[in-house]
Amino acid sequence: MDQALKKDLKIFATKLRMGAIEAVFNAASGHPGGSISIAELLSYLYNVEMRIDPKNPKDENRDRFVLSKGHGAPGVYAALALKGYFPYEDLKTLRKSDSYLQGHPSMTYIPGIDMSTGSLGQGISAAVGMALSAKYQKKDFRVYTILGDGEIEEGQVWEAAMFAANKKLDNLVAIVDYNNLQIDGELDEVNSPYPIKEKFEAFGWNAIEINGHCFDDIENAFNEAKACKGKPTCIVAKCVKGKGVSYMENQCNWHGAAPNAEQYEVAMNELRSALKELEA
Amino acid sequence: MADIIKKATRDAYGEALAELGKVNDNFVVLDADLAKATKTGTFKAAFPERFFDCGIAESNMMGIAAGLATTGLTVFASSFAMFAAGRAFEQVRNSIGYPHLNVKIGATHAGVSAGEDGASHQCNEDIALMRTIPGMTIINPADAVEAKQAVFAAAEIDGPVYLRFGRLAVPVIFDENYKFEIGKGNLLKEGTDCTIVATGLLVNEALIAAEELKNEGISVDVINMATIKPLDVDLLVSSAKKTGCVVTAEEHNIIGGLGGAVCEALSENYPVPVIRVGMNDVYGKSGNGALLLKEFGLCAENLKAQVKKAIELK
Repeated sequence: MDQALKKDLKIFATKLRMGAIEAVFNAASGHPGGSISIAELLSYLYNVEMRIDPKNPKDENRDRFVLSKGHGAPGVYAALALKGYFPYEDLKTLRKSDSYLQGHPSMTYIPGIDMSTGSLGQGISAAVGMALSAKYQKKDFRVYTILGDGEIEEGQVWEAAMFAANKKLDNLVAIVDYNNLQIDGELDEVNSPYPIKEKFEAFGWNAIEINGHCFDDIENAFNEAKACKGKPTCIVAKCVKGKGVSYMENQCNWHGAAPNAEQYEVAMNELRSALKELEA
Repeated sequence: MADIIKKATRDAYGEALAELGKVNDNFVVLDADLAKATKTGTFKAAFPERFFDCGIAESNMMGIAAGLATTGLTVFASSFAMFAAGRAFEQVRNSIGYPHLNVKIGATHAGVSAGEDGASHQCNEDIALMRTIPGMTIINPADAVEAKQAVFAAAEIDGPVYLRFGRLAVPVIFDENYKFEIGKGNLLKEGTDCTIVATGLLVNEALIAAEELKNEGISVDVINMATIKPLDVDLLVSSAKKTGCVVTAEEHNIIGGLGGAVCEALSENYPVPVIRVGMNDVYGKSGNGALLLKEFGLCAENLKAQVKKAIELK
């Protein structure tokens, strides 16, 4: 990948993490771990991969994004704010009763959100429906959805996977945030969905395993997905839950807890120095 | 009396979709491996490229319907009521209802008249489930004529609609002059002693009951309440003011369906005695659909008895 682009994407990812932490801190609730684990994936999607126009969020030919793991909303909201879909300052209103920034994505209230999600397992079905619509209407938009690795314990995910392969939806990319942690512990201690890549392959998908924080990996995977005809692609992205905030990394208890004031300062200082280093 | 023509509302559903397909090219139809039974197969035969079978995966079908609808298409999604409203309830609630998407759920084999398949397939809970979803319109047509018009009307309005159809061939009670309107009940017979508010195949039974009661000197209003949500409260209240008591009639649990809706509306607007005729909070069982209706009291005879009881409660 071009070094200048990579730098920009890293800066965006870092700012996205800051936005997500800002939002969750001000809300005093939310899901930071799974919001910042996908920062690089969102950075690439919103800056390179997707054909989108923040000034025309309802353009019928836009690429679609569905956050199937809806609890990662602060990450997506930060991406949308950085892209200009709504004011960055609004991130601080997350989860407040007078805010449009709902705890989980709502297409009704939030510019740039293509599908209301939050109940795990449902977003991928909607993404499949969007991809089917593109094929049916002979439109060339593509559809992207991010799932949690714990989320794929939901049976509906596999109903959707089966259908998407049967209908040859090669305009659909599902990305699994493979961080090995869910609320009750490590995945295989709870209810193992492993092996993820092989399962999607068995369901008829093109599946690629990558480092979800490496932009070269991410770029290659999305390019391979685009080149793959006749099959949907699953990108199994090995991620670190809480990536970018030292004390949150790989810690299950940061799935759904907000930092206190002191923790917030530590997190923001870490991210600010990361940003400074990148911008130097 | 002229010969009674019988037709299942699910047959009208399939025919209506195929007919609507000719004049409206902005909708697609989904099914979950039941196209022959739900009669969406009639549409599939006419417009194969606009029909998608989702297989035996109703939850996913509702999500796919939602996704299609976000791109501007209207979607009819069909299965048996048990699976459309029951199994996929939360998908309907979260993926379709919450974003208020243009998905029209065509649910067939509703109620005990589904017959021989037995209790596992006889959905008596769907109206109750769907009523709790904000913004959901619920239509339970009385016959094939109304069913067809309901399909056309559902396609015209914005937002989710739950269309409830039956397996059993039932008498056609409306002629070509009938005009269905969402949210409007019809006063089919006028009386002064009691109001029967009926929906679905119980409307015909209500009409029979009204005729027979007339011979006993009892006159009743018969309201066809095809749209259960939004309920025609004005018509209901005006009739209750006149007659002073109400009997509801539906092929559904007496809890949460038309009976529940009528009680809620009357208690807040004009309280009068109400007796609910429906499945008395029990499961159905295997058997001939028409006979089961009688066995569970979903018939003119029981309605007559309940009307007399309601009058005594005044």
